Amino acid sequence: MSAPARAWSVRRPQVLRVLWLTLVWILLWGTFSWANLIGGLVVAVGVLVVFPLPAVTSGGRVRPLALLRVVLDVARDLAVSSVQVAWQSVRPGPPIRSSIVAVEVPDDSELLMALLVECLSLVPGSVVVEASAAERTLWAHVLGVEDDAGVERFRRQVSRLVTDLMAAGVHRVRVEPEHSGRSGAGTDPRDDPDEEGPR
Amino acid sequence: MSALESVLDVVGAVLVVLGALLALAAAIGLLRLPDVLSRMHAATKPQTAGLVLVVIGTALLLRTSVDVWMLLLVGAFQLITAPVTAHLVGRLAYRSGGVRPDLLRRDDLADRTDSSD
Amino acid sequence: MSTAGFLLTVALAVLGLSLLLVTVRFVRGPSALDRLVSLDAIVAVIMCALMAHVALTRDSSTVPAIVAVSLVGFLGSSTVARFVGRRGDGEDR
Repeated sequence: MSAPARAWSVRRPQVLRVLWLTLVWILLWGTFSWANLIGGLVVAVGVLVVFPLPAVTSGGRVRPLALLRVVLDVARDLAVSSVQVAWQSVRPGPPIRSSIVAVEVPDDSELLMALLVECLSLVPGSVVVEASAAERTLWAHVLGVEDDAGVERFRRQVSRLVTDLMAAGVHRVRVEPEHSGRSGAGTDPRDDPDEEGPR
Repeated sequence: MSALESVLDVVGAVLVVLGALLALAAAIGLLRLPDVLSRMHAATKPQTAGLVLVVIGTALLLRTSVDVWMLLLVGAFQLITAPVTAHLVGRLAYRSGGVRPDLLRRDDLADRTDSSD
Repeated sequence: MSTAGFLLTVALAVLGLSLLLVTVRFVRGPSALDRLVSLDAIVAVIMCALMAHVALTRDSSTVPAIVAVSLVGFLGSSTVARFVGRRGDGEDR
């Protein structure tokens, strides 16, 4: 954050974060007024000063429309998979079997990995149990997958999601290395990039 | 009350009922599914979808009120946080033996010998 | 109004039943993670029921409470998850 050459590319994500927090503040109050806007800006700047997020640099543009398409796809998948899991919960019969499937990711971007974990823990009947951006691999527990065809189907869904996310340019946003290694104890699945990822 | 308003009321109430049914399915799944990781699925997907349906239904019934924005914020927040919790718990569950190996058809993670314990 | 009112009452009954079932899992455990998952589900069902109540009575004074519950619920469950993880095991508690 010190090098002046990176000033612009570092400042822009900060501005987006302030705007996003201000929007949340206004929604919480329910009405728009200048007092709410100014109060929200003050609170947002205060929050970001007290709890700084890791600095990110963007090597290229993130495309909002492509990102919107991902959001719509995930929404549709959520409808399908929640009905599916609901049926798997109530159907009679023996205990359901599952698989833990390793999926390779074509890029080691941490934001891409964080968004994949976020989406895959919500949608196609899966929960990510382990992810490593350095190894470009994530492992997902998929409910009800009992054969290789099911594994293939899951892999196809993941690769479609990866393609869409990369079309949105998500993998070009990179976390600055200076903020690594906080909080230790091995319980730190980078949940901070998640929080502001969808923006 | 105009015809449109009563239609909106019924549509909203139907959405709330559908959301409640999904929550019920999630609760049944939480009871019936065999291990922690499987129960995690029930607590994530149908539960979140059910909550979002209830949010939309309630918003349709309230319509004019400013509180609609707050409700939509609750729905969005649930959509963002539910997978984070699911991943945290899923990761811990796998490491602490919360998965029944006899019910796993395949386990790619077992091949990767992890450094931590 | 009466159709919507009837449907919402049915929804509240269904949510009450789900709350009961989820609580059974919370009591039975057996692991700390099971309790964590079911506590999350309890919070979600209570939020649904509060919203159905808002819709039924058209009294939106509990909406800020729902927002607060959703925020506190996530903070609580992620904190407990970290605590369970730091202790090194999630079983047999």
